Amino acid sequence: MPASKTCLLVEDSRVIRKVAATIMEGLGYTCREAENGELAMQECKKAMPDFVLLDWNMQVMNGIDFLKQLRGLPNGKTPKVIFCTTQNEIAHIQEGLAAGADEYIMKPFDSDIIRSKLEMLGLIEESG
Amino acid sequence: MRQEDFDLLAGVVKQRSGLVLGRDKAYLVESRLMPLVRKWNLKDLEELSAQVRAKRDEKVMAAITEAMTTNETYFFRDLKPFDQFRKVVLPHLLKVRAAKKHIRIWSSACSTGQEAYSLAMILSEEAAKLAGWKVDIIGTDLSTEVVERAKLGIYNQFEVQRGLPVTLLIKYFQQNGDKWQINEKLREMAQFRLMNLLGDWGALGSFDVVFCRNVLIYFEPSTKTGILERISDHLAPDGVLFLGGAEAVLNLTNRFKIVDAHKGLYVPAACPADLWKAA
Repeated sequence: MPASKTCLLVEDSRVIRKVAATIMEGLGYTCREAENGELAMQECKKAMPDFVLLDWNMQVMNGIDFLKQLRGLPNGKTPKVIFCTTQNEIAHIQEGLAAGADEYIMKPFDSDIIRSKLEMLGLIEESG
Repeated sequence: MRQEDFDLLAGVVKQRSGLVLGRDKAYLVESRLMPLVRKWNLKDLEELSAQVRAKRDEKVMAAITEAMTTNETYFFRDLKPFDQFRKVVLPHLLKVRAAKKHIRIWSSACSTGQEAYSLAMILSEEAAKLAGWKVDIIGTDLSTEVVERAKLGIYNQFEVQRGLPVTLLIKYFQQNGDKWQINEKLREMAQFRLMNLLGDWGALGSFDVVFCRNVLIYFEPSTKTGILERISDHLAPDGVLFLGGAEAVLNLTNRFKIVDAHKGLYVPAACPADLWKAA
């Protein structure tokens, strides 16, 4: 059996991390968690995940700053990154994409939305 | 719910829409019709059934049918047909319609318009190749409510995140709070009409592409055959039909054949085999 894909959940709400982890594990991913951008950077330096689900507003280091730093790392362009945030204005979406996000989820989300966005990025097979 | 009520309500729905509800669908009938029961201040489905039995009120029966047949859809549903439309069908049409420069597309059972607008987005992305062309996208559905919603092109935050890449969202939609409206240019590309697939198709005209996906699955074989054959009457000899993933023409009609090189595409049986080979 091939090693399962890895995902890093960067989110300051423990409840939302658990919800997201349940969804991602259901899709065959192994999850790690970080409650802010700085801890997420440490995790990425330890081992680069295949996928990052990224909140925007967090203490210590926010999502956009984390993303810019991540994309600057030698292999930092490898992971697919999806913002997952209550920032739902077009200006924020454009800023997130410009900083290197591959997709964007506006909260509240459900498992259908996560699955749909992962399909678009080719991270999971189409459910059909 | 009582068997006789189920049979009555299922009969109304079948007669008006062709949708066949097996007796195992009682839960579906309950969950879809209870909102109507509450809206009309009735006690339960038994009372609703009694009213239908006594009055056979047009409005009531139409509302019941709408509630049972409205299916949720999403942008770029199943992805593959849209890829095929972009990569195979559109290049084919650009070639065979080069003189006429006019393409007509039908999204049958269009529901709230996501299929029609997904096609409009693909066509907009390919606008350079279509300069000087006229493209009509016609969506039809039997439900007044969804046709009105499709015309408005307003979707909630959940709807615009299922199937729709965010780059297309910010390119083709206008935001109004947590609602998103498809832009005016795309709304002008699509027209939506009230039309029952089992009823009179009126002045529908002839199409180059017909999308009839995830509709036939609900019908009995004879109804499927009837609809497929009527579609073939409205399809250009070099046109193409898209069916849903779980749908086929086998044992239903010999008016269509599969395109071997492109699974999921159906073309008129008389269409020359080499027309699609190079595509």
